[in-house]
Amino acid sequence: MSFLHLAIVAPLILSIFIPLFYRTFRQIHTGWFVLPLPILLFGYFLTFLPETMSGTSFIKMINWIPSLGINFTAKVDGLGLLFSLLITGIGALVVLYSIYYLAKNKEKLNHFYVYLLLFMAAMLGVVLSDNLIVMYAFWELTSFSSFLLIGYWYERDKSRYGAQKSMLITVFGGLAMLGGIILLYIMTGTFSFTEIMSQANEIFNHSLFVPALLCILLGAFTKSAQFPFYIWLPDAMEAPTPVSAYLHSATMVKAGIYLVARFTPVFGEHILWFWLVSGVGILTMIWGSVFAVKQTDLKAILAFSTVSQLGLIMSLLGVGAAAHHYDFLDENIFTVAVTAAIFHLINHATFKGSLFMAAGIVDHETGTRDIRKLGGLMHFMPITFTISIIGAFSMAGLPPFNGFLSKEMFFTAMVHVTEMDIFNLETWGILFPVLAWIASIFTFIYSMILVFQTFTGKYHSEKFDKKPHEAPIGLLISPIILVSLVIIFGFFPNLLSDSLISPAMSSILPSLLEAGEEFKVHISFWHGPTIELFMTLGVIILGLVLYKTHSRWKKVYKGIPEKLALNRFYDFVLEGLQSVSYKLTNTYMNGSIRSYLVYIFAFFIIILASTLIGKNAFTFSTSNVSSIGVYEVALAILVVLGSICILFAKSRMTSIILLGAVGYTVSLFYVLFRAPDLALTQLVIETISVALFLVCFYHLPKLRKFETRMRFRLINALISVGVGAIVTLIALSAHSSKLFDSISKYYVENTYTEAAGKNMVNVILVDFRGFDTLFEITVLAIASLGIFGMIKLRLNRRKEG
Amino acid sequence: MRKTNNIILETAIKVLLFFIVLYSVYIFTAGHYYPGGGFIGGLMTAGAIVLLLITYDIKTVEELLPVNYRILTAIGLLFAISTSAGSLLFDVPFLTHAFGDVQLPILGELSLHTATLFDLGVYFVVVGVTMTIIQTIGEDE
Repeated sequence: MSFLHLAIVAPLILSIFIPLFYRTFRQIHTGWFVLPLPILLFGYFLTFLPETMSGTSFIKMINWIPSLGINFTAKVDGLGLLFSLLITGIGALVVLYSIYYLAKNKEKLNHFYVYLLLFMAAMLGVVLSDNLIVMYAFWELTSFSSFLLIGYWYERDKSRYGAQKSMLITVFGGLAMLGGIILLYIMTGTFSFTEIMSQANEIFNHSLFVPALLCILLGAFTKSAQFPFYIWLPDAMEAPTPVSAYLHSATMVKAGIYLVARFTPVFGEHILWFWLVSGVGILTMIWGSVFAVKQTDLKAILAFSTVSQLGLIMSLLGVGAAAHHYDFLDENIFTVAVTAAIFHLINHATFKGSLFMAAGIVDHETGTRDIRKLGGLMHFMPITFTISIIGAFSMAGLPPFNGFLSKEMFFTAMVHVTEMDIFNLETWGILFPVLAWIASIFTFIYSMILVFQTFTGKYHSEKFDKKPHEAPIGLLISPIILVSLVIIFGFFPNLLSDSLISPAMSSILPSLLEAGEEFKVHISFWHGPTIELFMTLGVIILGLVLYKTHSRWKKVYKGIPEKLALNRFYDFVLEGLQSVSYKLTNTYMNGSIRSYLVYIFAFFIIILASTLIGKNAFTFSTSNVSSIGVYEVALAILVVLGSICILFAKSRMTSIILLGAVGYTVSLFYVLFRAPDLALTQLVIETISVALFLVCFYHLPKLRKFETRMRFRLINALISVGVGAIVTLIALSAHSSKLFDSISKYYVENTYTEAAGKNMVNVILVDFRGFDTLFEITVLAIASLGIFGMIKLRLNRRKEG
Repeated sequence: MRKTNNIILETAIKVLLFFIVLYSVYIFTAGHYYPGGGFIGGLMTAGAIVLLLITYDIKTVEELLPVNYRILTAIGLLFAISTSAGSLLFDVPFLTHAFGDVQLPILGELSLHTATLFDLGVYFVVVGVTMTIIQTIGEDE
């Protein structure tokens, strides 16, 4: 076990001790015990920077199930390191924030921090595992721990609803991803991602390539809240705000982004990958931004905005994958899309984290998150206002913040899409910049609504439960650090370009690099009067106009979105599934044994008949048949007559007697076919069973004891005739196709020499195959004890008496 | 309990019972060479006892034959399992029977077979099972 493995599982180990800390040190907020770990891990991961910057990766392996090729291989490369730093860095800030956000004596802190640490370990495991099965295990642990975190206030209905919804959707995607992983294993014979990547060219034309691609993408889209799976994210906002800031802006929802980036070297060259990733991404972006404007809850706006921004990153990754088709690095304009994706990933984590924390502060200090009630808080909370305005301007893509830079690069990438001459992009490519531009306008509008409707305008004191005031400094530290990063990355973006972005790019697009080469990333504010600049200007102008007139056109939303809301569809499907399966089960599981017998026999007929026909198995030959005598015919007629008469007998007594008659005739058959032991036994047993039938008959209740003929039912008649026919056909075919001789010759020869007996039946019963007899007498003993118990043990009667 | 004068039946039983039991013992012991064996022998013995039950009542038969049939079943199973498992002591597979001519003090030379002990187990079980069923159903109100 290396130090790296220890770093991944360290949160798990710490989580074991959390309840202990919680119980022992009641005076100290449990979060303080958690805080050092992410800081330490952040520092530890920083030490990998020089290594990844030089283009190498760090691999450590411990065996888990070597026979199945499943080993815990931890690999740190550019992409993994970027995510690890995000997870631990923002993790530390979120823990700090939660210490001040969650009250020490009101909340179940031991639960909270255990879940949070589980989640942190799971995310580290996802981004640092090279083995896909191990990655999948951690992936499900993220779903599971986020389920626990969303349902943290489990006494609320909405929390439980949101938790269930996110669980169903992400686990659905996770299972699809597992399918994809298995398909990849079938194609390549390995679970190691590094090895799969090296075989990417060989499997490109494999028939399972496209199914694997679709399965992996399904996993990524559900986790990253892409269209149409984004619906769980707004409902996940019932979680405590630190959770929303951590999981639903910075880390978990980016697991899908990570997955897409990770698999770009494998699937990226396929046309489906480009269209699905970039198409769904851009669709999600515009959908999310349009719907975010409609929301009235601060966290709901942020949730839809997260959906939209994730769509942006996703579409950039899709476009970046197209870079594979242009094999020259120096003039390859599409790598800029990947640069933009990574850069925006970092930026989004910083500004969205700070915005969530600011929303949490507003909620914490005023008691509401509804922007219809909020207003004029600027004077009460100047620091929160500053944080929000910086975060929102960065989100809207305004200079001089980092969001501006990544949005410019996003426009650059989208404009370049029109220049591609593959995948039919000559005709459809124009959609990308147009949609991106419209989505950006809406992004601008909701960013403005978020800040200005909360902090400016009129202050209505009667709408709040308490008098608002600035938050304590502890709550403000984390968002202040995040917005400082927003500004720092805005002014000095090249701090990131060599250290994080370039190594991450070489993980995403390894095939474009020659040995020893690395991506040159340079982000600058001013690249001259290009088309992107005019697009940004257009966004600001149109956005301002639309924001000012927002109150007039927002009625438009009332008509459209209700019909398009996917939540309705989700609820409809869930309820529909439930009621349909309930009805279905009620229809066929009706509790009547008769119907079950009908099913059993019907399937019996169907399966046997289809086998007979399908295998062409019916044969009939008379070569193996002995001659038929008079006695046999007479007895057969007796048996048949008796059986038929049972069906039509009116009185039960007649049926019982007829049944006895059939049984005695069978014993005559045994006599005729020279089976004296069987004949004796059959005779006695038939007598006993008829006697028992008569006992039952005698004790029938007087009530409803009217004697009627059995009613005729067509289905029953058909099925019983069918069963009889099918069994006859099978018996005939079995008899007509004897494949080998009977083994009875051995018994005939050895009964006396080996077992010293002359009655072969008895010798077989007690000697050759006495084992069967041993358990048959056990069956008899159990039956008699059962009868004894049923009759003697009357708990009900004892209670009454 | 209704009381009728069943003198003919009672007298006939006293004679018949003897033959039936004798016949069932014959069927049991002859089973290895002729039709019969533990199963049918046991049923026949049970039949004799049932005849007694019909003639007298349950209490009288219980006084005549103070046998707990459930224990008889258990004894039969024990017989069967111990003859089967006994072969393990001689380092041969489970349920390997042994037979041979044995010189006995009074009876002289006799051909004996462990399969008979197994069959005896079957016989006891069948008697026990049949009588348990009939007795419990008969006693039930």
